[in-house]
Amino acid sequence: MSDKYGEIIKGGLWEQNVVFSQMLALCPAMAVTTSGTNGLGMGLATTAVLTASNILVSLIRKTVSSQVRIPVFVVLIASLVTIVDMAMNAWLHELYKVLGLFIALIVVNCAILGRAESFAAKSGVLASAVDGLAMGFGFTGALTVIGLIREFLGAGTVFANASGLLGPSFAFLEMKLPGYGGALLMILPPGGFAVLGFLLAGKRILDSRSARGAQADSAGCSVASHAGA
Amino acid sequence: MSENLETAAAAPQGLGDAEVPKTGGLYTLIERLREQLAYQPVLLGIVALAASAALTAASSATSGAIAEAQARDLRDSLAQVLPQGFADNDFLHDTVSIERDGKPVTIYLARKAGSVAGAVFKVAERGYAGEIQLLMAVGVDGRTLGVRVIRHSETPGLGDKIEAGKSEWAKDFSGKSLGDPAPERWAVKKDGGVFDQFAGATITPRAVVKAVKGGLMFFAGHRAQILGGSQ
Repeated sequence: MSDKYGEIIKGGLWEQNVVFSQMLALCPAMAVTTSGTNGLGMGLATTAVLTASNILVSLIRKTVSSQVRIPVFVVLIASLVTIVDMAMNAWLHELYKVLGLFIALIVVNCAILGRAESFAAKSGVLASAVDGLAMGFGFTGALTVIGLIREFLGAGTVFANASGLLGPSFAFLEMKLPGYGGALLMILPPGGFAVLGFLLAGKRILDSRSARGAQADSAGCSVASHAGA
Repeated sequence: MSENLETAAAAPQGLGDAEVPKTGGLYTLIERLREQLAYQPVLLGIVALAASAALTAASSATSGAIAEAQARDLRDSLAQVLPQGFADNDFLHDTVSIERDGKPVTIYLARKAGSVAGAVFKVAERGYAGEIQLLMAVGVDGRTLGVRVIRHSETPGLGDKIEAGKSEWAKDFSGKSLGDPAPERWAVKKDGGVFDQFAGATITPRAVVKAVKGGLMFFAGHRAQILGGSQ
């Protein structure tokens, strides 16, 4: 059983990463990743919605008939996002001012409906919750990495305004490269596509290396097996 | 690309479905009903009702806190365009509403010892990418006390220097009035005016200058109305 969960977690974080493997949710991924902090915040909000929607969909999966499952899931997800939006506006107002515009966009994040449809509708509650968390954190990681690279190249800062998102104790994350104005292109949409392209290529290289390593392993060359892992 | 789609489609599926449902009787009943035509609209109706109920509950639970947070935001931004210690009243609730181009503008009155010392109101102008919204404060002498951008969608790195957090540019307006500089000098330097433009962005500061000038003219045109504002 624990093997199954391990598979789910590994899948969500790396092998089926929403952005880097499934290439879903690229619209929010491009729109918010102008800084590492924005990417992190959007990722965490998406994780919350994704986990909650996976749990709910899994709970009602036996009562929902396949003919009307899509409208039911859509209503469910839209309501969840609206509730998260209102709750954040009320109780995490500072964070809401940074991310407010993007929270509503979670509704159209196809990854959430995708997970509801392809996983939660067919799986138990616990497995769905784990899947939601793993996929969410995979998404968060991807957004944060893209955001950090774009922010560093484009503005010369790292995690600017992170203390506004995470609280004043995280101010140590904020760094600034003195004397570097940044390349504006990286902040603009083309920069996002360029960074994503390089990261995808990098993941491909890593994956093909570890696949070659696994092949070599099965052929008996155990010495080289961990080279790509 | 096709590789990836396959991996996505090959997601671990059916986990946990093998579990025997604990409420077996209910599930068999539902399973039998599930394929009937009438089941679909009823299910959709129930889901819609439940969603509406949840949204209503969430809305009533959060509306107070949201209104409070928004009032706090407004008070903060109003206080930012007024010099420190300029007003001693609760200007958030001391307002007059005057029509401008067919739309009502709320004017917040800053009072010192009971008499109006300045007025704060919103102005907007079309910038390079959408509307730029500003909050400006004008003193009774017709001079600008402060200008602050509250919403814009200008190019990051170029036009966004109008933001108070990014550059000091917006401070240039403080102390300026319709006669100082002369009306024809109310423009960016490129157009023969007194205000700086930014390298690579002229349209944005041009729009802000126009908005502030328009705001001052609006104030001048309704001076009596504003200063005699309701207590």
